[in-house]
Amino acid sequence: MASSSNSYNSPCAACKFLRRKCMPGCIFAPYFPPEEPHKFANVHKIFGASNVTKLLNELLPHQREDAVNSLAYEAEARVRDPVYGCVGAISYLQRQVHRLQKELDAANADLAHYGLSTSAAGTHGNVVDLVFQPQPLPPQQPPPLNPVYRLSGANPVMNQMPRGTGGSYGTFLPWNNGHDQQGNM
Amino acid sequence: MNPKRCAACKYLRRRCPKDCIFSPYFPPNDPQKFAWIHRIYGAGNVSKMLQQLPDQTRAEAAESLCFEAKCRVDDPVYGCVGIIHFLQTQIQQTQNQLAKTQAEIAVAQTKLSQTHNSDFM
Repeated sequence: MASSSNSYNSPCAACKFLRRKCMPGCIFAPYFPPEEPHKFANVHKIFGASNVTKLLNELLPHQREDAVNSLAYEAEARVRDPVYGCVGAISYLQRQVHRLQKELDAANADLAHYGLSTSAAGTHGNVVDLVFQPQPLPPQQPPPLNPVYRLSGANPVMNQMPRGTGGSYGTFLPWNNGHDQQGNM
Repeated sequence: MNPKRCAACKYLRRRCPKDCIFSPYFPPNDPQKFAWIHRIYGAGNVSKMLQQLPDQTRAEAAESLCFEAKCRVDDPVYGCVGIIHFLQTQIQQTQNQLAKTQAEIAVAQTKLSQTHNSDFM
C-alpha cells in the first residue's frame, strides 16, 4: 500500500538511505515507507536510485506502485541469488508447468482409456514461447503483486529455492529455448 | 578507436581495456543487449555485480541480467515479475484441471468396478 511520508513526519526510506531531505512530492515517498528500509536498500543496490527515478517518471502515477513492488521483488531475488535472480524463479516455475502438463496429459490419456472424453483437455500452449516473448499483462487486470512481493518467509516460490547455488537453475534457462544446458527439453 | 571494442565500451564511447569486465559477455555484434542492461541497471551497477561473482558464473549472470532488462523494457510496470505471475497462474490452472481429471478417473474406475461386480452376480 502506498504511504504518504513527508518531511513533517519522517523521511521516506529512500531519502533516509540517501541522507537527504525528503521534500513534499518526493517520488519515492509513497512507495518506500521508512518502516521498510531494506526495500529501498535492495532496489538501490541493484538498479540505482536515479534509474528507478527515470523508470517511475516514465510511468503513469497509478502504475508506479506495482512497478516499485516488482522492482523490489526483482532486486531481492537478485540479492538472494546474484547469478540468476528472478530467472531462477522463472526456471523453477517452468519446470513445474512442464511436470504438471505431463501429469495432466497422462491423466487425460487414462481418462480416454475409460472411454470418456473431457472438455478440459488442458492448455497445450507453449509456455516456453511465451517466456521468450513475454506479453505485457492487460492494463485492466493488474496482477495482485503484494503476495508476490512479500518475500520474507511468505512467498512459496522463493522459499522453495536454494539460495545462490549459481547453477541449480541451469536447466530450462529462458535463453536456451526451454532446453537445458545438455540440450534436453 | 579500436574496432575490437566490446559492445559496452562502444556504447559508452570509451577505450576497451584488455581486462574489460564486459567484453566476454557483450560482444560488438550484439549492441542491443548492453543497451538494455545500461538502460535498466546502469553500467556501473552491472560492473559491480559481475565483479563480485566468481569468473565461472559471470556469463550466466550477464545473460540473466539481460533477460530481466529486456523484460523490463518490454513491460516497464511488471518486468519479468509479469512472467512469474503468468506461470504461477498457469500452474494453478493446470493443478485444478489435473485434480478435476483425476476425480473423473476415480468416478470412472468406481463405475467400472460396479459394472464388473454386477456382472458376476
